[in-house]
Amino acid sequence: MNCIVCVASVPDTASVIKVGADGKSIDEAGIKWIVSPFDEYALEEALQLTEAKGGEVTVVTYGPARAEAALRDCLARGAHQAIHIVGGEATLGDSFTIAKVLATVLKDREYDLVLCGIQGVGTDSSQVGQMLAVLLDLPSVAIVTKLEVGDGSLTAEREVEGAKEVVESPMPALITCQKGLNEPRYAALKGIMAAKKKPVEEIDVASLGIEEGADPFYRVESITLPPEKAAGTIIQGEDDPSAAAAELVKLLREEAKAI
Amino acid sequence: MAGILVFVEQRDGELRKASLQALSEAKRQAAAAGWSVSAVLPGSGVGDAAAGLGAWGADKVFVADEPNLLRYSAEGYAEAVAKAAESAQPSAIFFAGTAMGRDLAPRVAAGLGVGAVPDAVALTLNGDSFNVRRPVYSSKAFAEADTAGKTPQVISLRPNVFAAEETGGSAEVVAVDGLALSIRAVVKALVVVAGEELDVAEADIIVSGGRGIKGPENFALIRELADALDGAVGASRAAVDAGWIDHSHQVGQTGKVVSPSLYVACGISGAIQHLAGMSSSKVIVAINKDPDAPIFKIADYGVVGDLFDVIPPMVEAIKAL
Repeated sequence: MNCIVCVASVPDTASVIKVGADGKSIDEAGIKWIVSPFDEYALEEALQLTEAKGGEVTVVTYGPARAEAALRDCLARGAHQAIHIVGGEATLGDSFTIAKVLATVLKDREYDLVLCGIQGVGTDSSQVGQMLAVLLDLPSVAIVTKLEVGDGSLTAEREVEGAKEVVESPMPALITCQKGLNEPRYAALKGIMAAKKKPVEEIDVASLGIEEGADPFYRVESITLPPEKAAGTIIQGEDDPSAAAAELVKLLREEAKAI
Repeated sequence: MAGILVFVEQRDGELRKASLQALSEAKRQAAAAGWSVSAVLPGSGVGDAAAGLGAWGADKVFVADEPNLLRYSAEGYAEAVAKAAESAQPSAIFFAGTAMGRDLAPRVAAGLGVGAVPDAVALTLNGDSFNVRRPVYSSKAFAEADTAGKTPQVISLRPNVFAAEETGGSAEVVAVDGLALSIRAVVKALVVVAGEELDVAEADIIVSGGRGIKGPENFALIRELADALDGAVGASRAAVDAGWIDHSHQVGQTGKVVSPSLYVACGISGAIQHLAGMSSSKVIVAINKDPDAPIFKIADYGVVGDLFDVIPPMVEAIKAL
C-alpha cells in the first residue's frame, strides 16, 4: 500500500494579508509558512494506512526553496521520502499548470492511492486534486471525511450540502481530504531528528520541459483588500438584556431589513 | 454565435437554487453581449425539470437522462458536460459553486485541456473575456483574475451572490447521446444527515455559536434562534474542535467560507480565521460578553451582554414580528 501525498506550503492561517508591491501578489514579509492544514489530513490518513497495511508514504510538493520546510515537517511526522519540484512562484493559483507539473512527475511512479487536501489555504481554489485525477486517469473522490480501504478498492464518504455521499472506487485512486477524516499527529523530537536524514529528491521544474509562466491558464490582474467597514451600532445589554434584544430585532427589521 | 453553457444541478429531480442563480447570471451576461445561453442537466428522470429551465434563461437545454446518472458521478457528469460543450462550443462554462459544482468544474476543465477560475463573486465581460472577482486567503483579500485567454472559460459562481431571476422564456430540449459512462468511482448512497436540512454553505441566514456557549447542550439555544430566523446553525473552530458539533457546521478558514445576508455570531470572539470565513456577509450581528472582542470590529450590530440572557428574548421578539 504505497501512498503519495501532495502538499502545499502556505501562509499560516493567522497571517495578516498585505498586498505586495506589484499589486498582484501578497507581501510575503513576515509570513510564516506552514503545511496547508487540509494536507495534514491527507498525510495523516496515508500514515495510518501504511502503518496498518505496510508500504511507504511519499510526500510531494511543487514550490520554491522555502517549501522544503513543509516536506521536512511531513517527514518528521512519519513520511518515508519526499519529492521537491522546485519552482512554482510564477504559477501560484494556476491549478491546471500545477496539476500538469505534478502529473508529469507522478505518472511513472508506483502508488495505490494519491491523497491531497481539499484545497490549499490561500489560493482557495480546490481544483488541483480533481485536475490531477483527470490527468493521471484515476478514479477519484473529493472532500472525503471517512475512508475504508479494502483489497484493491476503497469506500469513501464525501461531504456535500446537508448530506454525505458514499462512494466506492477501485484503486489506484485519488482522494481529497477534509477535516473530520482524522486527527493529524504532531511531529515529535525524535521524528524531527530522523527527518533530517530522510531523502528529498529535488527536481527542477525546467527539467520537466515546462517553462513556468510561458503558457498560463490563470492570470491575476490585481489583488486588493476588502474595504474597511464603518463602525457598527453597539447596544449595551448587560443591565437589561431583554430591552437590548428587542432593540436589536427592531434594528434588524427596520434599519437593516435583514429579517 | 458565442454563448455560455451552464451546468445545472439537481437532487432527486429538484433543481438547486445555486444553479438557477448561475443560469440567471449567464442570462444577464449573455443578454448584454448578444450571446446565447444553454444549459446541461445530467440525471435520471429529469425531462420535466429540463423543460422548465427555459423560464430561467436557457435558450437550449442538453439533457443527459440516464439511470447511471441518478446520483452524482464525477466521471459521468463530466462526460455529459463535455459532450454538451462539444455541441454548444461555448465561450464560457458556468458552474454553481456547490460541493458538486466545485468538484465538477476542474474535472471538466482538465478534460478540455484548460484551467478554471473558482468562486466568482462578480463577473465583468470585456470583449470575449470574463474578468472574475474572487476571494482569496479566505476573503482576507480579493483577486481579479481570468483564464489568460484560454477558452472555454470555466468559471464557478459562489452561491447566494448572484440573483436568481425567472424571465419566463422557453427552451429547446435536446438529448445528449452517445455517452460511454465508464464510471469507476460510484456513488452508492446519498445519506441525508438527520435534522440538518440547511447547510451553512447554502443558507441565507446563519446563527453561529462559539466557545462562549460553554457546552454542546447549549447549541439547542443557537438552534432555537436559527429556527426562528429560518436559518442554518454554524460554529466556530473552537466549538468544533471541542467536539460540541460536527465540523460540517464550521465557518472559517479551515471550515466553510460563507456570505449570507445575515450572520449572527454568538459567543464568538472573532479570531482572524473565523472572520475570514464570514466577513463578506451582508449584515453581521455579534452577541458577546466581552466589549473588546474583535468580532465587534466587523459587526454591523452588536449586543454586549450574556448570550444566555440576550438570545431567549430575541427569539420571542422575532416570533412576535
